[in-house]
Amino acid sequence: MSGGKSAQSNRLSSGGLIERDITLSFTFDGRRYRGHQGDTLASALLANSVRLVGRSFKYHRPRGVFGAGPEEPNALMEIGVGARRDPNTRATVAELYDGLTARSQNRFPSLAFDLMAVNDRFAAFLGAGFYYKTFMWPAAFWEKLYEPLIRRAAGLGRLAGKPDPDSYEKAWAHCDLLVIGAGPAGLQAALVAARAGARVILADEDFRPGGRLNAERAEIARIPGHEWAERVAGDLAGMKNVRLLTRTTVFAAYDGGDYAALEKVSDHLASPPAHLPRQRLWRIQAKRTILAAGAIERPIAFGNNDRPGVMLASAVRSYVNRHAVAPGKSAIVFTNNDDGWRTARDLIAAGVDVEAIIDPRASEEVGIVREMTGDTPVFTRARVTDVKGVRSVESVEFLNANGRTVRLDADIVAVSGGWNPLVHLTCHRRNNPVWNERIAAFVPGAEMPSGMIAVGAANGAFSTHGALAQGTEAAMRVLNDLSLGQSQIAIPDSEDAPYSISPFWHVAESKARAFVDLQNDVSVKDIAISEREGFRSVEHMKRYTTLGMATDQGKTSNVPALAIMAELTGKSIAETGTTVFRPPYTPVALSAFAGRARGKEYRPLRLTPSHDWAVEQGASFVEAGLWLRPEWFALKGEKTWRQSVDREALAVRKSVGFCDVSTLGKIDIKGRDAGLFLDRVYTNMMSTLPVGRVRYGLMLREDGFVMDDGTAARLGENHFVITTTTANAGKVMEHLDYCSQVHWPELDVHMVSVTDRWAQFAVAGPSSREVLRKIVDEEFDISNEAFPFMACAALTVCGGVEARLFRISFSGEFAYEIAVPASYGDALARAIAQAGKQFSIVPYGLEALNILRLEKGHLTGNELNGQTTAGDLGMARMISPRKDCIGKVMSQRPALQAEDRMVLAGFKAVNAAEELTAGAHFIGLGEEASTGNDQGWMTSVGWSPTFGHSIGIGFIRRGPSRHGERVRAVDLVRGKDIEVEICSPHFIDPQGERLRA
Amino acid sequence: MRLPCPYCGERDISEFVYRGDATVKRPDADDPDAARAFHEFVHLRTNPAGWHFEHWYHESGCRAWIVVERNTLTHAVRGAVAASAFRRKVGEVGA
Repeated sequence: MSGGKSAQSNRLSSGGLIERDITLSFTFDGRRYRGHQGDTLASALLANSVRLVGRSFKYHRPRGVFGAGPEEPNALMEIGVGARRDPNTRATVAELYDGLTARSQNRFPSLAFDLMAVNDRFAAFLGAGFYYKTFMWPAAFWEKLYEPLIRRAAGLGRLAGKPDPDSYEKAWAHCDLLVIGAGPAGLQAALVAARAGARVILADEDFRPGGRLNAERAEIARIPGHEWAERVAGDLAGMKNVRLLTRTTVFAAYDGGDYAALEKVSDHLASPPAHLPRQRLWRIQAKRTILAAGAIERPIAFGNNDRPGVMLASAVRSYVNRHAVAPGKSAIVFTNNDDGWRTARDLIAAGVDVEAIIDPRASEEVGIVREMTGDTPVFTRARVTDVKGVRSVESVEFLNANGRTVRLDADIVAVSGGWNPLVHLTCHRRNNPVWNERIAAFVPGAEMPSGMIAVGAANGAFSTHGALAQGTEAAMRVLNDLSLGQSQIAIPDSEDAPYSISPFWHVAESKARAFVDLQNDVSVKDIAISEREGFRSVEHMKRYTTLGMATDQGKTSNVPALAIMAELTGKSIAETGTTVFRPPYTPVALSAFAGRARGKEYRPLRLTPSHDWAVEQGASFVEAGLWLRPEWFALKGEKTWRQSVDREALAVRKSVGFCDVSTLGKIDIKGRDAGLFLDRVYTNMMSTLPVGRVRYGLMLREDGFVMDDGTAARLGENHFVITTTTANAGKVMEHLDYCSQVHWPELDVHMVSVTDRWAQFAVAGPSSREVLRKIVDEEFDISNEAFPFMACAALTVCGGVEARLFRISFSGEFAYEIAVPASYGDALARAIAQAGKQFSIVPYGLEALNILRLEKGHLTGNELNGQTTAGDLGMARMISPRKDCIGKVMSQRPALQAEDRMVLAGFKAVNAAEELTAGAHFIGLGEEASTGNDQGWMTSVGWSPTFGHSIGIGFIRRGPSRHGERVRAVDLVRGKDIEVEICSPHFIDPQGERLRA
Repeated sequence: MRLPCPYCGERDISEFVYRGDATVKRPDADDPDAARAFHEFVHLRTNPAGWHFEHWYHESGCRAWIVVERNTLTHAVRGAVAASAFRRKVGEVGA
């Protein structure tokens, strides 16, 4: 609380784009401070003279605010409390709100006294490649010992470790023109395009449009630049064809004008209001894009250039002009270009003492800016060599033109090494930036993403006039390209100062460590080590030193580093090149990518038509693919799931049960060539199937392996309905579409998936016909003679409801499947339950379904696993010799016809009390359980209530010829080794007598 | 990225399923050399760096199989036709 009374000692008494009437209270490391609306957390901390804001990643050196935007390498904080605590948030872009709670990172026990700061003393041993050289041996120690130790020492912020309480959403937008950045170039471009009627999206990461205009004293059209920006943004916001997205970072450029942007909808509020997400992830489809992202200043490396108080010159200007904060009392400006001089000018105007301007250039190289700074001492051909002070800059040492060391007291060093256009988004699709000697910076290369134009500072045009002119011109080009007419907007008046710079990257005379990458603690010396040890390509240097690999991705360090490497290797910067820019431009939380797809909303949930009824019956449910299906229907008094499942399965065998099988894929196929088409996609003949009959069918992939199985029912001469397995419903539809549209477009065949259109129930058991007799309308004869095994018919039920009846059986029992339009599914379930009462009908779930099919030796995905042939499944004869079909030629490959293939068989334990396990491998009696002795594996097992013991099916070499032989089912995972007898996979009713009853 | 479905117009790529080379043709099973022909049809593909005719399935749209002419280096798309039409006019997708 003590911070409160000396509030905002660095706040200037006037100026700035802050609401002085609105005071916001916040805490940093438990101390309370005040700021104003319009502050960032960084500007508010500086206003309160808070200098030390973090500890560096590796050496735990004290660090202060360095920048004023997304490039910030030092001021990373945990912001928020509880589940809302966000680590590694840049204080420079965190908008201040009342009640904000921030905490410094990577220090113990406190920011001021950090035990790990001892690392700094051993810096000589911790240089580039230290980890690779030191933690090499023994290899086993890496994962268990070294890595956890290093991670703890070199920490970033802590995750909240709790579920995220906020919601995130995704949005799509389409536009003629996407303008990225709302500085002078972007605002002007958006205005020109919007006035002509183009659909424009203007996105800017700041909460206030204007870009550098908010941080500078430049005028546009004779009014302050920020006022011009406010007016234009206001105009744009009022236009129906414009969407102005503030707090929105376009972080990636993808193929074909696709962009991703993150809108921080309510990060600037303590907690999002109920109707708003915290963040919104935009996918923007733009016909044209104008990149007006601006530029980021880069530092010069000199001794102890990481001390709190050393800041980018442009950042100092931002704090003074935009936030009315003097980051210190007395400043030294160190710049190799004219723009840095503006910082001196603005500091003087704000009443801050500027002790000296130190410029490595010769006096005649300095442009007209020299007039800006009055009688401030200027040292040309000079360079800063060292900074004294640990937790704050206290004095600065520099070499003057005569080579003499001079020392001056100051608490700010404003440093400028020039500006780097923000070319990132121009490079996300492989375009390489090119070196421009005049501005000593990389500008966008020639192979821009299609439809993108870079303008203003992002394109290397650093004057306000240049930005406005390029913005106007680019917008005109877009209007012309898209035939959207013309716009009569003149380029408003503004400064057009030339930009003069002499490249200067680091001070060779510095003895103390000179940092290049502040976030990952990479110094000039580390780059030299990298060069010496052969890691000279920028990509190698990056990985060896970790330069540019921190959360800031080297926004202030990459260019100086490669310039230093170029110097060391004697190559030009253009030859040295850059590392690859990849999305995202700034960090994006995984929650934003997830959007609403979290927890149960991760994927769609499909409910069967009788779901509500099943819930009423007390069913337990299981997720099967996207479907939620009843596992079993427990009755009162049943203590284990097996009691329920056994009861259900036995009821089917002894009387009758029913089960919702609507999840099976159903495809309706019509056309004059429907039969011929099915002949070509199934291994067996379907064209010969009589109307009113059903046939089991097997489909192969073109490589000869089994794809799926199911039934084909012929409802009319040119009308079939086929079923697929639940899992392959979509895949088979895709396959059939491929076959009909690509292979045989000349066939007259039309298909549609009707999986969701029909509710289908299996009614199985000796009493199933009696039950159905009460459901099916009287005029339809379903006697065994009129409606035998494998019959099908379209008929009506329950007094006129359209239905389809199939006499097919997955359970191996005397059975039917009956289908009605899906909306009647619930009613039909209730009708069947009612009709079956006198036969003690039971509903059965997925578990009973599985044990019933297993007793019969019917197949599921465990057997149709994509690696089995028709022969492996014991169905070699199902491949008709009379015709070609998909997969037939390839199924005849010798290896697929080999005699010793693993073929389907049944298995039962020799000791009936033993329980079999799926996944067990078959090993000969007395043989070692090794890969060499592997004879096959168990695919499905279950406890059969019909037989009173465990049964299984699986694949074993030459299975059909070995019935009666004994082998072992060895399950090393579960520690089982059981002697089993090979038998027919058809445990029940091998002759099919029940089916035909 | 977006693909120009000949039936639905330009649609987002997430609506489509990729299959691959559209220039291969299913061989005749009665060909004496069918085994080799099918092996090539199923397994062998050129992998061009540049323009490529390829099959895409508009699964979340009209269910059409289409042939898209796409540059594998730049992801630029020249055009698309229904797969059935492509058989009749090989190589005229972008026209």
